Amino acid sequence: MRLAIASGKGGTGKTLIATSLARLWADQGRAVSYADADADEPNGHLLLNPTITREDRFSVKVPVLKEKKCAGHGKCQDICAFNAILSLKDSVLVFNELCHGCGACLLACPDNALIERDREIGTISQGMADEVKFYGGRLDVGEARVTPLIAGVVDAALDNASDEELIIIDSPPGTSCSTMAAIEQADLLLLVTEPTPFGMHDLKLAIELGRALNKRLAAVINRSDLGDNTTKELLEKESVPLLAEIPFDRAVAESYAASRLPVSTCADFRERLMLLSEELDIITRGASK
Amino acid sequence: MKEIVVLSGKGGTGKTSLTASFALLAEQKVSLGDCDVEAANLALLITGNDTSEESFVAGQTAFVNSEACTACGACVEVCRYAAIILPADANAAIVDDIPCEGCRACSVVCPTDAISFSDVRVGTIFQRKTAVGPMIHAELGIAQDNSGKLVARVRKDTRSRAEARGIELAILDGPPGIGCPVHAAITGVSLVVAVTEASSSGLHDLERLLELCGHFNAKAVIIINKYDLCVEVTEKIERLAEELNIRIVGKIPFDENIPRALARREAPIVIPLIRETIQQTWNDIKQELGIAWTPIF
Ligand code: SF4
Ligand code: SF4
Ligand code: SF4
Repeated sequence: MRLAIASGKGGTGKTLIATSLARLWADQGRAVSYADADADEPNGHLLLNPTITREDRFSVKVPVLKEKKCAGHGKCQDICAFNAILSLKDSVLVFNELCHGCGACLLACPDNALIERDREIGTISQGMADEVKFYGGRLDVGEARVTPLIAGVVDAALDNASDEELIIIDSPPGTSCSTMAAIEQADLLLLVTEPTPFGMHDLKLAIELGRALNKRLAAVINRSDLGDNTTKELLEKESVPLLAEIPFDRAVAESYAASRLPVSTCADFRERLMLLSEELDIITRGASK
Repeated sequence: MKEIVVLSGKGGTGKTSLTASFALLAEQKVSLGDCDVEAANLALLITGNDTSEESFVAGQTAFVNSEACTACGACVEVCRYAAIILPADANAAIVDDIPCEGCRACSVVCPTDAISFSDVRVGTIFQRKTAVGPMIHAELGIAQDNSGKLVARVRKDTRSRAEARGIELAILDGPPGIGCPVHAAITGVSLVVAVTEASSSGLHDLERLLELCGHFNAKAVIIINKYDLCVEVTEKIERLAEELNIRIVGKIPFDENIPRALARREAPIVIPLIRETIQQTWNDIKQELGIAWTPIF
């Protein structure tokens, strides 16, 4: 099963749930991979503390002139939808941060004067956190486009996983194309939310995203006792199954803050996670490939 | 005019509730901009009314004219986003709007000029009238790219409304992360208020955010939220701040009443003890900005 864990807004406890489930499932002897696709702000490694066995630089393609000079037709500049390439008298200037690597300029150049080179934008690391297979992406500071890197991390995890494996994808917050890249290949989208007007507002958008991508949805309400009922009502109205409610517990917050997985330190939290895990098993039975 | 942006690296550190608190504590009118266009929550804490709404258009999406298409499949070959497909036994190619980036590669190779492009509505921009001053907020459409452009537009409108009303300060609630939307929110601001929390993830994200501030040459100050959740991490943040010579303008304790207040759509300053701390923080921020509005106690 491929389980993407996401939330409209950040800070709802998405990484807490994702890393805790990974640990719990590994403890139960199940084959599990954890992919940290929040490549802007990767935090999963702080909780799972993996031994990194492999690091690969991740690159995207950008155009470059084959020779130093070109005829200056300007077709590349005309076609580029992202203003990423400027045609000069006899050469081009590429704005790397703007380039989407779409290849349109290469196709448009009548002289085939452009080729592509790799440009590094981040790192993908792999390792083991006890029995959890760990994958993490990290965008270089100053880089603008995280989406290709996110897709790269998810692909790395999926490529190396067996059919029976549980794959947890810790997705970036939000509803844009970068979140989409993380959840696109998931069988189930688990939304972590909180019972506040913020949580509800952002949950609504996250449900919309999930529906637009035809994903099966389920939800967890974190800090369920610090707020009101509106989030729950929204889930009911949208027919999104609520799999667990996790009340606030200062010990959990402190344990998380100190990078100790509360699933190992707080008995009540572990109990709740086990129930969540059972619920997940029930709703995915038959849905997973 | 001065412009501050409240950023946090990761979400959920209290960025929005602090932005709202500063706006409510400000002694003069401010111009507010919610640049967190994927989770625009500031309007939930600042009562007011939306006075206008406008579509924001950026980028394009491809469209195949099925009459002209000969189903040759050339477009499918070159599209790098798997956005154009030619189902077996279909007589024309079909574009899937969600992955289509509007890059036009397909149109370069189409032998019959069957592909045209139309503008995409990336999101919606709202103007709002509030008791503390004008506000701009926006909502990015589902699965859209171009959030950076929308953020840039929110900023521009926030500034221009401030200028039109003679307002001296714009306060921006920033987007999460360190990528494109954050770049759009950070370039050229007077001050970045980096909100972190006392957790190892908070520290890690703060390090990346401050590195980005350095990259953009932006002056920053730090607020440590929930500082008492993990004293070790708070000490680490303090050491980091000292090393980088960045001022810590506030340390806010964890208080269960804060989420309870937020659930009632109230900013944390409704809690007397927290209000005192945030007031002090606000005074320090004003000092950093060189604005001399007198605090009203
Ligand atoms: S690859 Fe695409 S985005 Fe990059 S310069 Fe060429 S046309 Fe522009
Ligand atoms: S415009 Fe670009 S992304 Fe869209 S269908 Fe054509 S080649 Fe694919
Ligand atoms: S390249 Fe043009 S003619 Fe060929 S399948 Fe695509 S749209 Fe149709």
